[in-house]
Amino acid sequence: MNPFLSEWSVENLRAVTRRQFFGRTATGIGSLALASLLRGNLSASGPAALAGAAENSLAPRQPHFAARARRAIYIHMAGSPSQLELFDPKPKLSELNGKPCPESLYKKERFAFIKGVPKMLGATHEFARYGQCGMELGKLIPHIGAHADDLCLVRSMFTEQFNHAPAQLFLHTGAPRQGRPGMGAWLTYGLGSESQDLPAFVVLTSGGKTPDGGASLWGSAFLPTVYQGVQCRSKGDPILYVSNPPGMDSAGRRRSLDALKDLNELQLHDVGDPETLTRISQYELAYRMQSSVPELMDIEREPQHIRDLYGIEPGKVSFANNALLARRLLERGTRFVQLYHWGWDSHGTAASDDLMTSLPLRCKETDQASGALLTDLKQRGMLDDTLVIWGGEFGRTPMNEERNNSKFLGRDHHPHCFSLWMAGGGIRGGTVYGETDDLGYHVAKDQVHVHDLQATILKQFGLDHTRLTYRFQGRDYRLTDVHGEVVAGLLA
Amino acid sequence: MKELFLVLSVIAGINPGADGPQERAAKIHWSYVKPVRPALPRVSDPRWSRNALDSFVLAQLDREKLKPSPEAARAILLRRVSLDLTGLPPSPDEVDSFLNDRSAVAYEKVVTRLLDSPAYGERWARQWLDLARYADTQGYEKDARRSMWPYRDWVINALNRNMPFDQFTIEQLAGDLLPNATQDQRVATGFHRNTMTNTEGGTDNEEFRYEAVVDRVNTTFAVWMGSTLSCAQCHNHKYDPFTNVEYYRVMAFLNNTEDADADDEKPTMKVFTSSERKKLTGLRDAEKAAENKLTDLLKAPEFQQAFTNWQTKLSNETASWEPLDPTTFTSAGGATLTKTASKSIVADGVNPTNDTYVVTTPIGPGRFTGIRLEALETGEAKAVGRHENGGFVLRQFELAVRPVNAQESKPVPFTNVFADFSQKNFEVSNILTGKGDGWAIESMKPENKIRRSAYFALERPLDLPGGGMLTFTLRHSDRHPGANLKRFRLYATQSAQMGPPTNVPAEMRAILAIAADKRDKKQTDKITEYYRALDPVTKPLHEAHAGARKAAEDFEKQIPTTSVMSELEKLRVTKRHVRGAYLNTAEAVEPGTPASLHPFEASLPANRLGFARWVVSTSNPLTARVMMNRIWEQYFGKGIVETVEEFGKQGEPPSHPQLLDWLASEFMAPESTSGAGAGAQPWDLKHMHRLIVTSATYRQSSKVSAALAHRDPFNRLLARGPRVRLEAEMVRDQALAVAGLLSKKRGGPSVMPPQPEGIWQVVYNGELWKTSAGEDKYRRGLYTFWRRSMPHPMMVNFDAPSREFCVLRRSRSNTPLQALNTLNDPAFIECAQAIARQVATQDHADVKTRATHAFRLILARAPQPKEVARLVALFQSELKHYEADPKAAEKMATSELGKPKEPCNLAELAAWTVVANVLLNLDEAVTKG
Repeated sequence: MNPFLSEWSVENLRAVTRRQFFGRTATGIGSLALASLLRGNLSASGPAALAGAAENSLAPRQPHFAARARRAIYIHMAGSPSQLELFDPKPKLSELNGKPCPESLYKKERFAFIKGVPKMLGATHEFARYGQCGMELGKLIPHIGAHADDLCLVRSMFTEQFNHAPAQLFLHTGAPRQGRPGMGAWLTYGLGSESQDLPAFVVLTSGGKTPDGGASLWGSAFLPTVYQGVQCRSKGDPILYVSNPPGMDSAGRRRSLDALKDLNELQLHDVGDPETLTRISQYELAYRMQSSVPELMDIEREPQHIRDLYGIEPGKVSFANNALLARRLLERGTRFVQLYHWGWDSHGTAASDDLMTSLPLRCKETDQASGALLTDLKQRGMLDDTLVIWGGEFGRTPMNEERNNSKFLGRDHHPHCFSLWMAGGGIRGGTVYGETDDLGYHVAKDQVHVHDLQATILKQFGLDHTRLTYRFQGRDYRLTDVHGEVVAGLLA
Repeated sequence: MKELFLVLSVIAGINPGADGPQERAAKIHWSYVKPVRPALPRVSDPRWSRNALDSFVLAQLDREKLKPSPEAARAILLRRVSLDLTGLPPSPDEVDSFLNDRSAVAYEKVVTRLLDSPAYGERWARQWLDLARYADTQGYEKDARRSMWPYRDWVINALNRNMPFDQFTIEQLAGDLLPNATQDQRVATGFHRNTMTNTEGGTDNEEFRYEAVVDRVNTTFAVWMGSTLSCAQCHNHKYDPFTNVEYYRVMAFLNNTEDADADDEKPTMKVFTSSERKKLTGLRDAEKAAENKLTDLLKAPEFQQAFTNWQTKLSNETASWEPLDPTTFTSAGGATLTKTASKSIVADGVNPTNDTYVVTTPIGPGRFTGIRLEALETGEAKAVGRHENGGFVLRQFELAVRPVNAQESKPVPFTNVFADFSQKNFEVSNILTGKGDGWAIESMKPENKIRRSAYFALERPLDLPGGGMLTFTLRHSDRHPGANLKRFRLYATQSAQMGPPTNVPAEMRAILAIAADKRDKKQTDKITEYYRALDPVTKPLHEAHAGARKAAEDFEKQIPTTSVMSELEKLRVTKRHVRGAYLNTAEAVEPGTPASLHPFEASLPANRLGFARWVVSTSNPLTARVMMNRIWEQYFGKGIVETVEEFGKQGEPPSHPQLLDWLASEFMAPESTSGAGAGAQPWDLKHMHRLIVTSATYRQSSKVSAALAHRDPFNRLLARGPRVRLEAEMVRDQALAVAGLLSKKRGGPSVMPPQPEGIWQVVYNGELWKTSAGEDKYRRGLYTFWRRSMPHPMMVNFDAPSREFCVLRRSRSNTPLQALNTLNDPAFIECAQAIARQVATQDHADVKTRATHAFRLILARAPQPKEVARLVALFQSELKHYEADPKAAEKMATSELGKPKEPCNLAELAAWTVVANVLLNLDEAVTKG
């Protein structure tokens, strides 16, 4: 019987359901806070059972084995960037540019938009070699390229889904339909939080739209809601309702919360329900968030060289701002940050979604800040135990889409192969893993399924993906469903 | 080992000494044995029991050597039972009248009032709607809106009318199959139409239809039988007696409905109120009357003559066409082209992806104005094109001319084209504009496999005094492989009106080009209708008729629709899916129910209706227990079986098995028909609610001593009353109710109360959150528009599910996001401002009295002196603060509600707003205690 599971007694799960957002911590800061509350407010004659009930929920959660990563940033390029322009050079494909696609490839294929006999489309942008390792990457992403020796580029990813929402859900929740918890929710469930005044799992979006999969990508589904990702918004309140109402300042809020606390304590002593105690602590946490969140969001406090490094645009919604926020969150104890940047769906129906105009714009919006994030994490000594993942939900076709005879160059959705890169957190840098065939149509070597990626990410956090489970409606669920193998080749 | 079920290792891990799955399966699990009404146990204090329930609870307490708690204070009890039965707190008047009613049955009278209140149906519908996964949108990707709210209203009404639960079940599962099904009974079948639909590009509708039916099978067993039959979708159930084959036999009952993941949600039905139906009948009658008048006039010889004259005039203007006689005809793609005796060209042999035909033909002397391309049907299949569906898609049609004696051909431009028929999105005009894929004629439909023509008007008349050679180039679309013309003929005309088009629409001209006796009925009707609008005699009547028709149509259009179940005439063959995979099917199965459960009576029809009757058969060991347990969980925070969703071997054992069996027996066949149970019917929900809330068990105080909290932290033994956080809808409804803002409006389309900007930002969907105006801003939470991908943030904060799938048990979390929500959300500030106005405008009251009033408004009970003192202290500190800062005072007091009607002290109002804000956030306020 493994020691991890013993932590997960039924009582514990019950407690978790009932208990708070930040209570169970690895560092114990949260537990100290609540313990002091207990000491401060409960006399010796107070309900002794309360301490026990509270302690249960504060039990720190150790991973199954030693972790290589303590936190992660998952940069999801929603819509899916073209691997054939950025990550996977295919000289043979360029030779066949404009030639009809071999029938064997498209015959039984179900495309989202391609009709008839598509024509092959070679890379529309050049590649270059980067770093000591000589990794070939697109010239559109020089800042990412500058970190080639820290990157593990996976060219042999594949998925089972060819539409955005299901593929995004598959990537983040392990299932193509709504109803399963997101990766960040699983991690928080497995490991708890290291922050006492910020959420453990935060989501930031840029690019004008939230991703197709919607809030289900970071939802907690059947896990207790305390594990769901909290979306920090760039406009209005960064966290919903974090601002005091008009006419109430922070001192006024403090005064009213003091009254609230006093009244709640009267109730606690009168009725004796431990839940009241939890509620008191949650209101105190809420108050702390009211100051910590605006402080967090104020990226203009960063020194000029950091602002320049990322290329932030204060006051706007931008990927660069979010990348810097991600670092600030991780520094403050948040465990898992997801950045979504929308607009990579390069179908080529117009200049706004083609490979020649739109793709370089998306790269321009994200490349510098992606590189900056790696530089910044490294210079702070955080990259070693911070896992960074960058990629889309599927690949793009080696054929030109030509929807309605469009003259703009574009590629349709392609589930059979795509690329993504990882860095930090025990990942083997300067590595290219896996290969696709000459046309970039199928994986030729070392294929990595989405569930394998998930298993590998959990492994870096010290979690065995087959053992991180949750009982729901009679079945034990896990992120990787009943599949997934850790890919040792990606690890240092 | 990839496929290994983790369940095994986990169970072994937690409980190494337990029986393995096989040993367990050998015994019959308690929940699969039909409940028998147990005799009432002996108890230590029979006087404590108010009804049978209490005997079972007390007997258990006796065994545990525990005593029940005293009855809760009256005001607290009233708040508890009001929230439980109606989801709303009692008003101060209701509290007073209850406190002043010293009769022995004061409480029972309150219970009757609450059960009779329409708010009862709203509160209990909420629970059912989670099970029904009711929402206002489709679910997948775009998550577009759809109309399902008539189903929601059906649930509310059925509960308020106290429809027996067996009927409630049958109507939802199979109301459409009942003899002479009423509108309501069909609306009820929306239960299983709440499954999600997928409208994404490139998806396979059949796949998502299959997913919907899977959801229906799983949901039915989860909701009515607390069973995880879903496990058997992929393999035999690992713990419970359900096989993989049995899963698909159940599916065979539910797999025969017409719905098929269609974008338009069909089948749907219009849902009329009786007055609407009457009005529509009136409008249809008026239309019929207008039509009769018109028809009479149309029969008159004068009209017929005028109509004929008009047609003749137009026909004279219609071109006469001479067939051309090609001399060469080639296919670029290698097809074999031959000419028939009737001068048409037929393609055979190789059929390339997109062929190009080049046809040359001599033409005699003349001045030509137009060209006609006629596609002809051929062979037994009557194909007009060479695509496997018998169609063609013509992308380009070019003409060049070489006059006699000229050396070179010159292109001849066209100025206009019309066809006697074009497929939607394949308009013939595409040939000239280059847009779209080209011209097609919907030839996959048999009725369209007939000859159709495209008429091309030349930009300038073509003068060929000595005749010449014409070269036609026909190019087909490369986006529809093989869709090349099969047989076609070319014509030219010298008639004048192939010049500028007349004002008669192309469709009418195409009909006129057909001889009157060759037209079908549709064509005749169309042209007649067109003409009668022109004829000066018929015009007024035509317009009167058109007006009446439009009035009826417009009225009908705005009648709401809802999705319903409808059985196919020809049943689907249901097959087992290997490992549950959609594409991997095995043998066909017959409808049937699991062998381990009660038999499917031979008298029942082997269809969805029979299945529904089987579900609510009194022989079913599960349905009544599961429903009673679910209701119990709402009252006490935990079910008698804590795993409300799992009654199988993986579930928790019941804390009070006899109590559960007694409740289930009483539910199916009530015996307590005297006193509170007078008039109880089988499957009577209100009867069961009444029994529970009038029990001594329910009426206990929820105060807990340290010893008891230690002994029984989760109140499994029921030695105290329930204390649980309010659910999302109640948190909202309570705040609105105590503020006096809550709208009493019931039913109707879902509404959009304020939410922060930018919540709805979903790709490929332009839907906007348009904040409702007027009282719709203040409706009960269950009427809030439920978007599955992005439910209202307040609902999400308080654990409301997304409603993508059936949710059997909501979690009850306690988070700082909830705190921020009720502290700062403008909706809650608005309620605080409204409460402040009620408090501050009380006549002749001192601060203490006002504070007491505010407290009672929200918590029903009277405050203790300490509590009043603390509120007064807060009021004083805030009054001082706001007196010093009038601007802040104005904001705090008026930001959401605006200026008060009567002039008043804004600093006082602001201070009371802060007090109300605190009161609304008390642990006791968000808790049912």
